[in-house]
Amino acid sequence: MTTTLPVPVAALTHLDVLESEAVHIFREVAGEFEKPVILFSGGKDSIVMLRLALKAFAPAPVPFTLLHVDTGHNFPEVIAYRDRIVAAHGLRLHVASVQDYIDSGKLRERPDGTRNPLQTLPLTEKIASEKFDAVFGGGRRDEEKARAKERVFSLRDEFSQWDPRRQRPELWQLYNGRHAPGEHVRVFPLSNWTELDVWQYIAREHIPLPQIYFAHQRPVFKRSGMWLTAGDWGGPKDDETVEMRQVRYRTVGDMSCTGAVDSTATTLDAVIAEIAASRLTERGATRADDKLSEAAMEDRKREGYF
Amino acid sequence: MTTATEHRSATTLLRFATAGSVDDGKSTLVGRLLYDSKSILSDQLDAVRRASMGDAPDLALLTDGLRAEREQGITIDVAYRYFATTRRRFILADTPGHVQYTRNMVTGASTADLALVLVDARNGVVEQTRRHAAVAALLRVPHVTLAVNKMDLVGYKEQVFAAIAEEFTAYAGELGVPEITTIPISALAGDNVVEPSPHMNWYGGPTILEHLEAVSADEDLGAAPARLPVQYVIRHEGVRRYAGRIAAGILRVGEQVTVLPSGHTTTIAAIDALGQDVPAARAPQSVALRLADELDVSRGDLIAPTSRLPHLTQDITATVCHLHERPLTPGSRVLIKHTTRTVKAIVKDIPYAIDPGRGGGPVRAPGALHVNDLGTVVLRSAQPLPLDPYAASRHTGSFLLIAPDDGATLTACTTTEGTEP
Repeated sequence: MTTTLPVPVAALTHLDVLESEAVHIFREVAGEFEKPVILFSGGKDSIVMLRLALKAFAPAPVPFTLLHVDTGHNFPEVIAYRDRIVAAHGLRLHVASVQDYIDSGKLRERPDGTRNPLQTLPLTEKIASEKFDAVFGGGRRDEEKARAKERVFSLRDEFSQWDPRRQRPELWQLYNGRHAPGEHVRVFPLSNWTELDVWQYIAREHIPLPQIYFAHQRPVFKRSGMWLTAGDWGGPKDDETVEMRQVRYRTVGDMSCTGAVDSTATTLDAVIAEIAASRLTERGATRADDKLSEAAMEDRKREGYF
Repeated sequence: MTTATEHRSATTLLRFATAGSVDDGKSTLVGRLLYDSKSILSDQLDAVRRASMGDAPDLALLTDGLRAEREQGITIDVAYRYFATTRRRFILADTPGHVQYTRNMVTGASTADLALVLVDARNGVVEQTRRHAAVAALLRVPHVTLAVNKMDLVGYKEQVFAAIAEEFTAYAGELGVPEITTIPISALAGDNVVEPSPHMNWYGGPTILEHLEAVSADEDLGAAPARLPVQYVIRHEGVRRYAGRIAAGILRVGEQVTVLPSGHTTTIAAIDALGQDVPAARAPQSVALRLADELDVSRGDLIAPTSRLPHLTQDITATVCHLHERPLTPGSRVLIKHTTRTVKAIVKDIPYAIDPGRGGGPVRAPGALHVNDLGTVVLRSAQPLPLDPYAASRHTGSFLLIAPDDGATLTACTTTEGTEP
């Protein structure tokens, strides 16, 4: 059968293909799991995930709730953004609070002040207590070499542990989400996206972002080669001096270990141009905790980190 | 208004998988490809320099991401890498070469537009090369490229390359590999990886990167009969939309379609392509359809043009790669996961195993398939499945066998039979 109807064949760009693949993953989870949840921090990857989920089920609402692991040291701008988005889409947000765990004595502050590794326990306990059976994360394989080994559907045992040597093979578009009671599956719809893809998609879809992703004046101080934001979380120390600089963030996370980069990029196009020209990876530029050891991410993922 | 952003995003995506025996220099080639295309950023390179023993950065360290891999100096699992040139975006499934990890090559190659097979010019075509060619043929990877590596160690001699290229092309051609390209390279020295080699003037073809930029990335999914496995039913204000990713072909508004397995027929009333009402959509777009009639349609059903329906069958013969340590034997009770449907099935027979080491010839009645074995399996499913031959559609012609008890993924299957539409 041949026909001459206009068909958008050549119009599929790499972003169209990545979008279609991610939507397929969201719908598979909706079709196969009882109680999925989307990890949502208000950062750019989770913002893109939410946009894709909204598209996947439109005009119906997203059939998932959201979960934020709040380190207690998050950027206030990002928390405000998070709450605006949740309200705008009528979604339900679960919060697992690291601060609560510290206050109750279940977790202890680390000497270096970073709270990123402390997120694992509140996350895994929340998954267990809410009986979430699928947990969407915004992790991308281009971020880090342990993440490059991650499946789209990643089975976790009852302790949320990842065993990289016992991963299920994953073929074609066939995702195997079968799990025993107590186990769950981590799902990564953005696996095949790069940092640049995420930014290009944000530009294409005109998605608003927290302002800290764009260049602005901010009081910062230098620690371990990174510009950190001064604040109650524990900086600056006596030998560290605060100065005003024009910076922006490439990732948003815990203030104690997420660094800002010097930047003049105040628009999406400028940010994209800056990333395309950067000689540093996103994590290399801005994450202190990944520099702890050669296998920092792998070790945290084994423990249940996302 | 055309911005820089739009220019950069209007590129195509090529997915390719690498395969090569141990010590063929695959990690070095991948490292070289990333390094010479300026896809390694300075902090990654610094990390590699710190971990390298010698003065020069050991590019192989870029690709081994797990503790166990660095400890043993081998690649265990597939790693996915991303890089781009001005012409194209690439997703590279970097797969291990060891025989015991053949299943991981199968994983990487199942979504690949191109398989890049490496051989050592000093050794030529070896058993693993034949195995890689067999896997590429089994999965019908549209393009297969043979990189004859370490040409620097054979004096860059044309005769050495020509003999290997001829042997491989003949072998892969017999297996039914549709398109074969052969390129002489030295990954270590950088000959013909990104830049043309000054040492092999007798070679007039493309470098590896030029070839990757030029091959057609798009399987001709548009030409196959349309297939929409229903993933999810979106109900909103009394309207039902059938959501799914088009597995093959093109769907058009007004077209008469049949829902399988029920056999009910209706027409497509509207196609929503993620927020846009469109007159037609094609694989691999994710869409939501509205149908003209109220039918009982649910996850696991397949929507296809009434004029070109797949064959419904409970008796299935498949060419397979067994992926799990637990052997597959006749009488095994399994689950079949085909598109969005999962059904019970029983293994009726294992008539053949394929032994690429002996030139791909069949071994009759092997009794069981062990991990990494290729073979033929006969199955009986509890419900009829709409199967296309894998040759016609990679997504509706493939399925997995899953263990009913612990959910383990056991076997990757491609259908060898089925009624041509």
